[in-house]
Amino acid sequence: MANNKKKTTPTQANYQQLAKAKEPPRRIVRNCILAFLVGGLICTFGELLRKLFQEWGFTEKTAGDPTVAVLILLSCILTGLGVYDKFAQWAGAGTSVPVTGFANSMCSAAMEHRSEGLVYGVGGNMFKVAGAVIVFGTVAAFFIGILHGLFA
Amino acid sequence: MLQGKQSWRFDSPPVILGYASVVGPEEGKGPLKNEFDLIHEDMRLGQKSWELAEQQFLEQAITRAVEKSGIDQNAVNVYVGGDLMNQITSTSFVARTVGLPYLGVFGACSTSMESLAVAAQLISSGAAHYAIAGTCSHNCTAEKQFRYPTEYGSQKPPTAQFTVTGGGASVLGASGSGPRIKGATIGKIVDMGIKDPFNMGAAMAPAAVDTITRHLQDFQLEPSYYDLIITGDLAEIGHSLARDLFAENQVPIDQTVFSDCGLLIFDREKQQVQAGGSGCGCCATVTYGHLLNRMNRGELKRILVVATGALLSPLSYQQGESIPCIAHAVAIEAEGGGN
Repeated sequence: MANNKKKTTPTQANYQQLAKAKEPPRRIVRNCILAFLVGGLICTFGELLRKLFQEWGFTEKTAGDPTVAVLILLSCILTGLGVYDKFAQWAGAGTSVPVTGFANSMCSAAMEHRSEGLVYGVGGNMFKVAGAVIVFGTVAAFFIGILHGLFA
Repeated sequence: MLQGKQSWRFDSPPVILGYASVVGPEEGKGPLKNEFDLIHEDMRLGQKSWELAEQQFLEQAITRAVEKSGIDQNAVNVYVGGDLMNQITSTSFVARTVGLPYLGVFGACSTSMESLAVAAQLISSGAAHYAIAGTCSHNCTAEKQFRYPTEYGSQKPPTAQFTVTGGGASVLGASGSGPRIKGATIGKIVDMGIKDPFNMGAAMAPAAVDTITRHLQDFQLEPSYYDLIITGDLAEIGHSLARDLFAENQVPIDQTVFSDCGLLIFDREKQQVQAGGSGCGCCATVTYGHLLNRMNRGELKRILVVATGALLSPLSYQQGESIPCIAHAVAIEAEGGGN
């Protein structure tokens, strides 16, 4: 490439326009509806679990912990069976936003790098996908926390 | 012999004495399932890593191709190959087992035809009596290296492509019976500034068009000279873009059948492969299976196989670089297929 890569030539610009036009549009409406339904279903299932744990002697506050643990466990089992990613291709954000998606991101990375050993493989790569969520989640929580402290 | 600007003409054309393709389960469910030598139901082939499994696909393809050629493997003078893994480990590790003089080449998914062109040139120039060209790819190793963990649930856009799991190899000789390699065109890098690694077909299409156009100019041919001009892995979007570019450049591609290996290998309606297949193994398994089988059945006389490669790395696209692309073309003719 003779030209500087930062500058787009007219030929490149034309082609990029043509390529953009060829891209099949993402099915946003379908994806949103499915994400709403599947995400909602997972959360409703979580709510059901929470009520169940309350029945079994947990308080309203403490019932959240075993609920999340069960959801994480189920997500990891489905990931291990190789089902979760297929379901996620169909459900989109519906499966990635709830805690099950977070569990899937860690579990899949751990499985993927098991072949490189427990320390460098599993340990070193487990947060490969989830790491960014934790970092930016914590940063966001920090600022929201400050706002909360100031105005509430 | 140099022909035109960037093509090689083989006056004593090397012969494809044997060829084989070994694929995974998804390819085995596709429309070409009867054209492969071996279909494995297990992606892992009982190995302890995906990387070792990928090597198995290539190793088995080479073994089969050598068997079918009727040549003693020790008589082969050189093995030319490459793959998608960092430092082309899959091919190099297989070369360790094969135990032949080895040239590793890399052109991403264009490696299948790059290696075939180089092997043909070595035979034609007299540097080798027999040569093996072989490449492979594995869906899971490619996902792991270039995208996300295989079991990670991210939704792929409709422009994404599905890396083929499989290995393909051919054995070339200076004489004998089989399809002949008449020429090759070495592509140059074309970068139209596409940056989306989930739309590699669109990135590669201009490179394919450039190489095909150059091939036709260098050999002073019309597209109708070939029964089939087939690209490696442009898939749905890239293929359609390539047609548009040909129309724009006034290359009458409709004179012949213009197709794409990535479109043939999967049934995109039934299989979850988005725009189609990709990977070194895509063009290799379709060529060293379906296409050469069709030549041997007498259905095709002259074909031009144009393997396309997107020369990106996970690092380069995360740093916001565009995707440099390349395409290498190899012209194959059936025995007694003309001059």
